[in-house]
Amino acid sequence: MRPLTEEETRALFEKLAKYIGENIQLLVDRPDGSYCFRLHKDRVYYVSERILKVATSIPGDKLVALGTCFGKFTKTQKFRLHVTALDYLAPYAKYKVWVKPGAEQSFLYGNHVLKSGLGRITENTAQYQGVVVYSMADVPLGFGVTAKSTQDCRKVDPMAIVVFHQADVGEYVRHEETLT
Amino acid sequence: MGRKLDVLRKEKRGPGRKARKQKGAEVELAKFLPPATDNSGNKLSSHARKRAAKRRMGSGKTQARKNLLQLKKQTDEGRMDGTSAAAEQPSLQKGGKHRGPGEGASRHPQLGCSDSRSVSLTPAKRSQPAGDNEEERLEFSESEGDGDEDAWESMEDDESNEEMMDDYGASSSEEEELLPIEQAARKQKSGREGLSEDDSEEEEERVSGQSKEQEDEEDTDLQLNMEIDEQFVLPSGEEIERENILPSNPPDLHLIHQRIKDNVEVLQDFRVKREAGRARQEYLALLRQDLAAYYSYSDFLLKKLMELFPLPELVNFLESNEVPRPMTLRTNTLKTRRRDLAQALINRGVNLDPLGKWSKTGLVVYDSSVPIGATPEYLAGHYMLQGASSLLPVMALAPQENERILDMCCAPGGKTSYIAQLMKNTGVILANDSSAERLRSVVGNLHRLGVTNAVLSHCDGRQFPKVLGGFDRVLLDAPCSGTGVISKDPAVKTNKDERDVLRCAHLQKELILSAIDSVNAASETGGYIVYCTCSIMVEENEWVVDYALKKRNVRLVPTGLDFGKEGFTRFKDRRFHPSVKSTRRFYPHTHNMDGFFIAKLKKFSNAIPKMQKDEESTLETASPASAPEVAAEPQLKRKKLERLKVTTGQKKQQQPPSKGGSVQRHKRPSPQRLGARPPARKQHRVHRNGQ
Repeated sequence: MRPLTEEETRALFEKLAKYIGENIQLLVDRPDGSYCFRLHKDRVYYVSERILKVATSIPGDKLVALGTCFGKFTKTQKFRLHVTALDYLAPYAKYKVWVKPGAEQSFLYGNHVLKSGLGRITENTAQYQGVVVYSMADVPLGFGVTAKSTQDCRKVDPMAIVVFHQADVGEYVRHEETLT
Repeated sequence: MGRKLDVLRKEKRGPGRKARKQKGAEVELAKFLPPATDNSGNKLSSHARKRAAKRRMGSGKTQARKNLLQLKKQTDEGRMDGTSAAAEQPSLQKGGKHRGPGEGASRHPQLGCSDSRSVSLTPAKRSQPAGDNEEERLEFSESEGDGDEDAWESMEDDESNEEMMDDYGASSSEEEELLPIEQAARKQKSGREGLSEDDSEEEEERVSGQSKEQEDEEDTDLQLNMEIDEQFVLPSGEEIERENILPSNPPDLHLIHQRIKDNVEVLQDFRVKREAGRARQEYLALLRQDLAAYYSYSDFLLKKLMELFPLPELVNFLESNEVPRPMTLRTNTLKTRRRDLAQALINRGVNLDPLGKWSKTGLVVYDSSVPIGATPEYLAGHYMLQGASSLLPVMALAPQENERILDMCCAPGGKTSYIAQLMKNTGVILANDSSAERLRSVVGNLHRLGVTNAVLSHCDGRQFPKVLGGFDRVLLDAPCSGTGVISKDPAVKTNKDERDVLRCAHLQKELILSAIDSVNAASETGGYIVYCTCSIMVEENEWVVDYALKKRNVRLVPTGLDFGKEGFTRFKDRRFHPSVKSTRRFYPHTHNMDGFFIAKLKKFSNAIPKMQKDEESTLETASPASAPEVAAEPQLKRKKLERLKVTTGQKKQQQPPSKGGSVQRHKRPSPQRLGARPPARKQHRVHRNGQ
């Protein structure tokens, strides 16, 4: 377990910024104690200092996870967000997409969001913007990137993809073993 | 002679009763008949049988015939009065010989009255046939056999007949209530009867021959029922042998079930209901064998359970292990409220209810139209599927905010997330499990439920005070034989033996000592250890706690749960500390949750009590040494464990380690494979995964 290098931090923050923009600031400077990012077995964990102190006394090979896992670095040193980061992305997300109840299930099975399933979308969302996907009951379901801007969404045909799927909470059941 | 009066009274009653009586009497008759008739080649009709019985009746028989003649005379007199009716039924006069006295008497009112009455018909009343009365007559003639015939005769003559007349006048008569077609059939039949006795017999035989099989079936049914009333007779060893030898026909479960019931009944009131000359042990042995066959348990486990429960409770326990516990879920209050969750689930077509007064977060699911483990609410972490019993240890632990808590055996994370929920994601939880594989599900669950204050490790629990200590509270959900969750994992029924239980118990003793050592007694808010297992064995529960009480500066405190059964303070030859009473046991049959054991300990000093010198020398080797030693020399420990296993395997009798000096006195066999330990963990996993 070690702190992130400069390079890794940049990769991580660039990725996060796609979803929550300048709200990253709120993740780092928190009123309820200091939080930090730690790298452990290629996974990035977001933990408070207090928990970190406990975790440091556990031998590295015995430590499995700590705090919240945000994602992992691939072998090519790119950062990939995991669905486990959703708890932190959802409250700070700048652009959101709501899916209709009928399309909920489809998204939770790992499919893209189609125009027909699109319930609502934040105004002025650009193309390829990271968005958090909500159900109509405001339950965060996952995240992805828009395939069309809000303007284009209006005139596109119902079967066209509007949000590319990246992660959804269905992965807790589907890929439990690869989450960390 | 109350019986005579009975006979008369019964004649007044409706045909429904009669019909029932007829059947019963038939069976009785079958019993009166000596077995000789059964052996005879040709089957007898019911009437033929009756006649045969009559023939065998001997002295009483002739008397009955005398009665019959007298009564017939009377009926003939009565018929003189009736003018037209007598002409209507000529066959009846002929057949009068076969008719019983009751029937003859019953005809009087009909003959006296006008034809207009014959309109009202109720076919249900049809069944007052001659045979019926004949039977009754037979009955009283049997009872009559002794000697006071004269008294009976006189009474019959002057009083009872009149009575009968009057009664039948009041109630509707029999003949007029027949449907026309029935009347016709009857005439035909009685006409034939009149021809000759032999003929009628043959006819009856022919008719009844067809329904013979059905009758036989009924007979067996009735006899089965009668067996219940009979006293339970212990089958001899040979009978059981025979059953065992014949594998071709599988054991009759119905029979075994009945035998279990009877046996339990006898055992409950043994002095009264026992069969003379049979020992209680024989009954118990049979019961155990039957239970093992019926519920497919291993002999060992049944023996253990029989020691644990009184007999009726044992059957309840075994029975409740056959049905699954209700599905329960716990609201994740970190993300939602119970009311909101319940509403959301109801909207999805789930039928649920609050779990009980004792839980503010639990819900019981009765049925669901959607898979309850894959709803968007589940995936969003609004609830956790969790047995009701696994909420209890956490409630007993009562974690406070900003504490440091250790969950020693955490997979699959249900209790851990409940702890986090009660702490509102503050403080630190160290969730440990010895298996990295099972920790994957913990990682998933904790992230799904939004638990952020947890650190997960996969150390061996026994190394704990060395890895990290000074916790405020420790939850030890120890690996166990899983005898409380048989409904989840029926494999436990057969795959556990003495060694498995003792191996678990040994591991648990090591773990509880490390758990106690990991707690900081000086903690302001805490200093508590909660020990729980999903086993109901005393070896894995009270014994372990009692051991911890002896070895460390801890005392038992009330668990804070207002239900559950008290732990045993004495069990067979073992005597535990009186405070073991404050532990709690939960059973599937009494609380409708998995079998569970919960003990809450308070550590009052960090010092490890030293054994006195002489005592220590005898105890040291047999009993697992204190935790620091465990940490320091795990290899040695393992060998010891191995030795314990082997020795206990040799001797059937288990021994408490505190006085188990003999364990070490045994010649130590060559140290066997050290790999014997993993199976214990594996078994643990099996039932924990089921949770």
